[in-house]
Amino acid sequence: MRVVWSLLLVGALALVGFFGAQAGGQALFGIVLPYLAMAVFLVGIAVRVVGWARSPVPFRITTTCGQERSLAWIKASPLDNPSTGLGAAARVLLEVLTFRSLFRNNRSELRDGGRFTVSADKWLWAAALAFHYSFLVVFLRHYRFFAEPVPAVVAWIQGLDGFFQVGLPVVYVTDIVLVVALGYLLWRRLADPRLRYISLPADYFPLALLLGIALSGVLLRYVSKADVVAVKELAIGLVSLHPTVPQGIDPLVFAHIFLVSVLLTYFPFSKLVHMAGVFLSPTRNLANDNRMRRHINPWNPPIVGHTYAEWEHEFHDKLVASGIPLDEE
Amino acid sequence: MRDRGLILTGLTIFLALLLAPVWQAALRGSARKPEPKIVTKAKQCVEPTAEMRRNHMQLLNTWRDTVVRRDQRTYLAADGKTVTMSLSGTCMSCHPNKKEFCDACHNYLAVNPYCWECHIEPKEKS
Ligand code: HEM
Repeated sequence: MRVVWSLLLVGALALVGFFGAQAGGQALFGIVLPYLAMAVFLVGIAVRVVGWARSPVPFRITTTCGQERSLAWIKASPLDNPSTGLGAAARVLLEVLTFRSLFRNNRSELRDGGRFTVSADKWLWAAALAFHYSFLVVFLRHYRFFAEPVPAVVAWIQGLDGFFQVGLPVVYVTDIVLVVALGYLLWRRLADPRLRYISLPADYFPLALLLGIALSGVLLRYVSKADVVAVKELAIGLVSLHPTVPQGIDPLVFAHIFLVSVLLTYFPFSKLVHMAGVFLSPTRNLANDNRMRRHINPWNPPIVGHTYAEWEHEFHDKLVASGIPLDEE
Repeated sequence: MRDRGLILTGLTIFLALLLAPVWQAALRGSARKPEPKIVTKAKQCVEPTAEMRRNHMQLLNTWRDTVVRRDQRTYLAADGKTVTMSLSGTCMSCHPNKKEFCDACHNYLAVNPYCWECHIEPKEKS
């Protein structure tokens, strides 16, 4: 049910964009909502990150996957258990670029005869990597609508992405990978009863929304072609802060842009904000130097000590009366 | 806590990069719109303008295949007119100049048809 509602909601949103623009809402779906969505996204991300930056991190978290730096003859693992800031930065970078934590994903199963097995499961890692990189390439390729002149890198990425020169317009490899990977990630949650049990609308909706955006984009490029010159005029208008809605923008473009606006608005409030949060993972970005440097908890109350001398002074008379020898004198 | 400066620097760089097209637009001023040059008195191309804008690449592709593989040179347009399928004979009589017509939009959107990787560009009249 949760997945059905998510898919229906995305379908309904696409229809709202499609028919809303035709019913005279061109300026609303082409200008007002994109601007609002971008504002919510920028401010929302900033607020979330500043909130995290203000949270105290009193101590280095050392849940690590390798030997910490120790005596010279014990082989340390500088990437999995870094003792320097540089090593921690490298660990974060590798996490962000290659999803190493996801690579450790396991699958536990109860097999016939009650045998319990734990085995490696790389499919989640592979599909996540495929999805994120193709999304990045699609995102960068969209700069051809927003940048004038189009930077050479964008043209270069396009050429590489259409390397196989199949079909007309040339099929982009990332379009296929994006849709297939998203499809797998959605299917994965449905196929395994345990995974389905713990999956929430907050898990299905982002997948459905991204699928909606990708599929409407694919339709725009390969099936019901958009007038891309008009789209670029719209996009340039938005980024140069002189927005106009030119003639000839197809309703499907408005559906596509509306879904993107929904994504931008939803982003800072949802699990998607891991895009920013991954850099602040305490188990990845803190060097394990607990034994080399003294970390003082910044909100410790001032420690009011009571030394032996002070104690002796306080009970001086009683100590003397019981004949206990004093340090004083 | 102690990394607040680092985190805020990262956030600022991210937001600045994301808004790159805005800075580019501000530095550039108003963008040129493509003005493909057409030399003709005819009111429309072989198909209506809106259709040509979106699908000319597929039309040309079909023409290429029909001429080269099936040796047929007559195209029946949607409105019943017949046209000879020929880039240099038909298209270029109204769109004689690749630089001033085709490239106007193709450069605007970084479209790079790979025809010209093998074929020599038609000689331009203006
Ligand atoms: C998160 C943001 C977005 C995603 C993931 C996305 C995804 C896609 C995908 C997968 C395609 C298929 C073709 C291709 O890969 O180039 C596409 C095409 C397209 N998108 Fe987007 N899109 C996004 C934002 C936008 C925005 C903001 C616009 C408005 C200018 C836009 C306008 C278009 C147009 C006009 C096409 C057709 C391109 C063509 O005919 O070559 N997209 N989009």
